[in-house]
Amino acid sequence: MSGLGPKRLGKELTKIQNSLPPGITLVSADNLEEWFLDIQVLDQNPLYAGQTYRLKFKFSKSYPIEPPEVTFTKTDNRPIPMHPHIYSNGIICLDLLGSQGWSPVQNVESVCMSIQSMLTGNTKDERPPGDEEFVRGNRLRPRDIDFYYHDNTV
Amino acid sequence: MDSDEDLASTLGSEEEFLQDESDDAEDFDAFDEDPDDEPDLGSQKEPKKRVAYDVSYKVHTPNDIMTQQHDMMDEVNMILEMQQEDAAILLRYFRWNKERLMEDYMDRPTKVLEDAGLSNNSAVRPKLEVVPGFMCDICCDDDDGLQTFAMKCGHRFCVDCYRQYLTQKIREEGEAARIQCPSDGCSRIIDARSLDLLVTAELSGRYRELLNRTYVEDKDILKWCPAPDCENAVECAVKRKDLDKVVPTVACACGYRFCFGCILSDHQPAPCELVKQWLKKCADDSETANWISANTKECPKCGSTIEKNGGCNHMTCRKCKHEFCWMCMGLWSEHGTAWYNCSRFDEKSGTDARDAQAQSRKSLERYLHYYNRYANHEQSARLDKDIYIKTEKKMVQLQTASGMSWIEVQYLNSASQALQTCRQTLKWTYAFAFYLARNNLTEIFEDNQKDLEFAVENLSEMFEKPVADLADPKLKVEIMDKTAYCNKRRLILLQDTAENLADGRWTFNVDLKSGGRK
Ligand SMILES: [Zn+2]
Ligand SMILES: [Zn+2]
Ligand SMILES: [Zn+2]
Ligand SMILES: [Zn+2]
Ligand SMILES: [Zn+2]
Ligand SMILES: [Zn+2]
Repeated sequence: MSGLGPKRLGKELTKIQNSLPPGITLVSADNLEEWFLDIQVLDQNPLYAGQTYRLKFKFSKSYPIEPPEVTFTKTDNRPIPMHPHIYSNGIICLDLLGSQGWSPVQNVESVCMSIQSMLTGNTKDERPPGDEEFVRGNRLRPRDIDFYYHDNTV
Repeated sequence: MDSDEDLASTLGSEEEFLQDESDDAEDFDAFDEDPDDEPDLGSQKEPKKRVAYDVSYKVHTPNDIMTQQHDMMDEVNMILEMQQEDAAILLRYFRWNKERLMEDYMDRPTKVLEDAGLSNNSAVRPKLEVVPGFMCDICCDDDDGLQTFAMKCGHRFCVDCYRQYLTQKIREEGEAARIQCPSDGCSRIIDARSLDLLVTAELSGRYRELLNRTYVEDKDILKWCPAPDCENAVECAVKRKDLDKVVPTVACACGYRFCFGCILSDHQPAPCELVKQWLKKCADDSETANWISANTKECPKCGSTIEKNGGCNHMTCRKCKHEFCWMCMGLWSEHGTAWYNCSRFDEKSGTDARDAQAQSRKSLERYLHYYNRYANHEQSARLDKDIYIKTEKKMVQLQTASGMSWIEVQYLNSASQALQTCRQTLKWTYAFAFYLARNNLTEIFEDNQKDLEFAVENLSEMFEKPVADLADPKLKVEIMDKTAYCNKRRLILLQDTAENLADGRWTFNVDLKSGGRK
C-alpha cells in the first residue's frame, strides 16, 4: 500500500478545522490514526435533547479504501446514545461502516452526518436485541463483526 | 438444448428451489453432452439400468465451466446485441438464468440494465485519461498529469485509488461478480475489461478464478468437488427437498466420492439429515464415547493388554491364544455361526429399564453400541489402508521373487478398495440403525448388514495374511471371490435401503425434513 491515508486525512482535517455542519465539532486529531468528534442532535428529539455524544474514529493504513472504525466513547458527561442499532459498549451497527456499504468517497464528515441523522430519526428508547450478551461476549473489532443490516430505515 | 426448464427451476430464492416439483434425475442435460472426454465413472458406465442408490451426475473440469459461461455469454450478446462484458454482468445478475434474463430484458430493458449496474450503457471502450483540473475524491490528489479512470457511470478517480479499491475487494473481500463503482450509491458493476486495464495480470487471474467460482456457486445443480486440490465441479439434479428420499452419492473424476446433498464424504445408506444429527450427537457425546474407540483392550480371558493393529475383528491373544471378537469381546468360535449376537443390539433389553436413571444409562448404552461399531469401521478402514500400503511394498519384492506381474497382484488393490468402500457403507449403517424405528422391514436390513459385516471381516482377515501366503494361487482366488462377494453384498444392502427410502417405508426417530428431532 502506498498509503493514500496521509494526504487524504490531511485534506479532510484542513477542511473540518475550518467548518463543520451544525451539531458536529472536532475534539482532537493529534495524529492520523485516531480522531475524536462530538455530535449533538439538533431537533427536539426528546431521546437526545441537551446531550452531547463522543465519536472515536480509528483509521487503518488502507483508509479510505477501507472504512474507518467508528464507535461511541463513554466519558463522564458523554453517554452512549440509546438506539436500536447502537450497543451499550458504543459499537454502531450501520451498513456504511462495513466493507459492503462503505464507499471510499465517504469521509469523516459524511459519516458524522449519517450517524447524526440516524439518531435524529429514531423514536425507540432501546438497545439492539441481544445487547447484553453481545457486549459481554464480543472481542472482535467492529468491522469484523458480521452485522445483519436488516433495517436501514431506523 | 433442453436446459431451460432446469435453469428456470434453479433461479433465485431457496423457496423456489424447494418448491420445484419436477424431480426426475434422469433428464438433466443442462449442458451439451460431450461424451468423448467423459471420465470413467465406474458404475456409471454400465448399460442404463435404474438402480435406486445411484443418481445421474456429470463431472465438469475447470475448462468445461469456463466454456459453458462463454457459450451462454455468446448466446446472450448475439440476441441482445451487447458487449460480452455486459452480457456476463447480466447473466451473473440473473444467476445464469438465461430465460429469465431474456424475458425481463424484453419487458423492461432500461430497468434491467439499471438493476444490473449497466445503466448509461454506450459502446465506448474503457480507457485511462488525463483530465485537466481533476481532483480525486478518494485521495484528494490533484497533480497535473494524473492518470484517471471512470466507468460508463462517469465517476472518475485516479488510477492508484481505483487499483487499491479493486485490490481490496478482490484480495481481502474475495469479491468478483458484484464489485461496484467506488462512488457512494453508484451500483455500476466493474466489468472484466475495465478491470484488466486497472490491475496486474496476477490480480486479474484471481478475479477470473473468483468469477468462475460464482458460476458454480450460483447454480444449485453444480457443486465443487470438496477433495483438496481438486478443481472439478459436479452437476447433479437432485433437489434439496428430495434429500429425505435419496442419498445422492457422486464420484468425482479425481476418485473422491461425496454426497451432493451435504458435501460430506459418501454416507450411503444414511440420509443427509440423519448424518448431520448423528455427527452432532457424536461430537456432543465424544467424551463418554472416547474410551470406546481406544486402540487397546484387555483380553477377556487373561487380562493382558491387546493392541488392535489390523482391521479385522478376529483377535487372538498373544499370551493365552484366546480368540475373541474385538467388537463384542465374545468368543470368536461363536461368531462363525452366530454372528448375529455381535451386530445386532438387543432392542428388548432396552425396554426393561424402569426408572429414569436406568433409562438414561440404557439409552447411553444403546448409543454406545452403535457408536462402537460405527467408530470401529472408521478405524478399521484406516488400518486396512495402512496394511495395504505395507503389503504393496512387499508385493513389489514378491513380484521379483515369484515372477508375478504387476497386473497379477492388482487383486490386492481391488480387495483394499472393496474393504474401504464396504466399511464406509457399514459405518453408516450403524448411524442409520441407531435412528431406525423397528418395523417389518428392519429385519431384512439387519440381515443385509450382518451379511456384509461378515463378508468384510472375512476378507479383512485374508488380507492380513503374511505376504508369503498371499503368493499362493489358491488364496488369491479366494480373495478375488470374497472381494466380489463383498461388493455384491454392499450393493444389495444399498439397493434395499435406497428403495425403501425412496418409497418412504422407513421410519426414523429423527425428522429428515426440518432438521430437528421429532
Ligand atoms: Zn486517488
Ligand atoms: Zn459510478
Ligand atoms: Zn474431485
Ligand atoms: Zn449428504
Ligand atoms: Zn489372553
Ligand atoms: Zn462380536
